[in-house]
Amino acid sequence: MAEVQLKNVSKSFADTSAITDMTFGIDDGEFVVLLGPTGAGKTTTLRLIAGLENCDAGSIEIDGTVVNHYTPAQRNVAMVFQQYSLYPHLSVRDNLAFPLRSPILKTPEDEITRKVNEVAEILHIPNKLDNKATELSGGEMQRVSIGRALVRDPAIFLMDEPLSSLDAKLRADLRVELKRLQAEMKKTLLYVTHDQIEAMTMASQIGVLDEGRLVQFGTPRDIYQNPNSTYVAARLGQPRINLLPSGLFGENGPQGASQIGLRPENIEVGKGRDAHILRVEHLGDQTRLHLKFVEHDLVTLIDAHSDYQEGETIQISAVDPLFFDAAGSRIS
Amino acid sequence: MSSFSVTDTSSRTKRIAGTLVIVYALITMLPLVWIGATGFKSPADAISYPPKVVFSPTLEGYVNLFTTRTRQTQEYLQNNPPTNWADEIVRQYDMVIVGPSKFGERFLNSVIIGFGSTFLSIFLGTLAAYAFSRFKIPLADDLLFFILSTRMMPPIAVAIPIFLMYRNLGLSDTHLGMILLYTAVNISLAVWLLKGFIDEIPREYEEAALIDGYTRFQAFYKVVLPQAATGIASTAIFCLIFAWNEYAFAVLLTSATAQTAPPFIPTIIGIGGLDWPAVAAGATLFLLPVMIFTIMLRKHLLRGITFGAVRK
Ligand SMILES: Nc1ncnc2c1ncn2[C@@H]1O[C@H](COP(=O)(O)OP(=O)(O)OP(=O)(O)O)[C@@H](O)[C@H]1O
Ligand SMILES: [Mg+2]
Repeated sequence: MAEVQLKNVSKSFADTSAITDMTFGIDDGEFVVLLGPTGAGKTTTLRLIAGLENCDAGSIEIDGTVVNHYTPAQRNVAMVFQQYSLYPHLSVRDNLAFPLRSPILKTPEDEITRKVNEVAEILHIPNKLDNKATELSGGEMQRVSIGRALVRDPAIFLMDEPLSSLDAKLRADLRVELKRLQAEMKKTLLYVTHDQIEAMTMASQIGVLDEGRLVQFGTPRDIYQNPNSTYVAARLGQPRINLLPSGLFGENGPQGASQIGLRPENIEVGKGRDAHILRVEHLGDQTRLHLKFVEHDLVTLIDAHSDYQEGETIQISAVDPLFFDAAGSRIS
Repeated sequence: MSSFSVTDTSSRTKRIAGTLVIVYALITMLPLVWIGATGFKSPADAISYPPKVVFSPTLEGYVNLFTTRTRQTQEYLQNNPPTNWADEIVRQYDMVIVGPSKFGERFLNSVIIGFGSTFLSIFLGTLAAYAFSRFKIPLADDLLFFILSTRMMPPIAVAIPIFLMYRNLGLSDTHLGMILLYTAVNISLAVWLLKGFIDEIPREYEEAALIDGYTRFQAFYKVVLPQAATGIASTAIFCLIFAWNEYAFAVLLTSATAQTAPPFIPTIIGIGGLDWPAVAAGATLFLLPVMIFTIMLRKHLLRGITFGAVRK
């Protein structure tokens, strides 16, 4: 049960600046997802909060206390590492029990057994408890690693791409399970991923990172509908938002608009300007049309049962486009 | 039956490799077998030419190794019948056992000094290696080079300063003195070897332990040490072998109290003529501790470094 506050935090390694002037807050019991491409500084942010790195500038507060000089143990955080780092000399059971046996918690053995079994059940690994940590598949290691955090009752959970090496089904299951657990335990959770589906489905707030800067922070819905730059707009949505020079549809944007962003669902088919169908992709529940419009490639979604053919020419028009200036910032 | 695989070697390769290893092992083991056998030969068999492969074994060598004997008159020998089996053996040369030799004591000195210095080298070496591996130490590279440089000359080159220093400090012919000396020689090897092993252990493990509520020392103890076991075991073996076999300093610095086995064994030759079986017996016993120690740690040596639990 805790809130976390980062104020103007910066961190560089030698001459690379990993985090620049980052400020955001996580309220008690919130599920915040940091989203960003590789190298954006996601792991570094978590390590700063965990106390594995010291920030060069700024402050980190947990529950109103500045913890900059606290050791990781004093901060009482649980972390799931991107590289799962299970203790290779211990069995799965002992790995899960390790934090409970720490000098700080000193949990009685019968309670350890109970908690370990409970967590193993949640993560579908009860039959692996007596394996050595090295005798697991990548996905199993990742789940043990999540389990090692879940056995605890920390101020905040930090999870660094914890579902990245699971297969699609297990990932979907655990996504729901993690969300449910977090809501049930009313725990503060900071989750890092580059998977937008995870971000959209689990987060109560999303922070979008770009090269060490927090470029937007808000609810998933807000970030999807009101991205403040083309960068943020392109991070969410599958297929990606289409970016075009403005004016092609005859729309008149605000002063300074030089690009428009059109999500696939914001392209209406049937009336408007001519576009040429390059490719039709039937995905079962939806159909994607790849279009050539003037000299730009666009992707749009249409009804799964429609039967457009490659080579056809159709009419499209833009619905509620987002306007951006030449530098990619949103203008409205 | 046999399918081609990149990782499994074919049975032909295995047979050839196996044969080579066995031939090599036999060649290296031959001198050891020779020494072992000579310890159980009679003095005549020991020097017979061509060497005897089949001989009637006797414990003469071992009895001579552990006892001091003196020649007696026929009259004395008849009036005092042998009191035990060892006495009986020496009677054939008109001798009687008058007491134990120094071998047991010297052997014990070797054990104390050898294992003592090995323990100390490993203890200090592990701590230093961990610090060099994990912390930002000012001038770390220079320090490491300095530590290594102590090994760049043969240790005996500094024999005279050490001899004088030890005499003044009262460390000559003491167990402590020899332990410190061998530790000083071994520590550079220990630090460098162990640093290599500890560098291989990803930091994530300690970081995970720090977050799991352990202090740095506890993380070191609970997470790093078990994984460094392989490195510690092999380093310990190297340290022990050096300390155990060291001869020059032992001759120079030890005499009555702290003399180790290496300078003692050659003196056996002089006691009653060229007593090769006794020398061989001493050498055989001398080989055993390092052998046992190595076999005990073999599991760690073969296990190799832990792979797999950290995704690279
Ligand atoms: N220990 C370090 N030493 C030097 N540079 C580092 C270190 N850790 C991170 N960096 C740099 O900081 C930047 C951010 O790294 P970080 O690991 O936080 O990225 P990330 O968002 O977690 O990426 P990924 O999705 O690939 O895990 C990168 O440019 C990286 O090269
Ligand atoms: Mg990362």
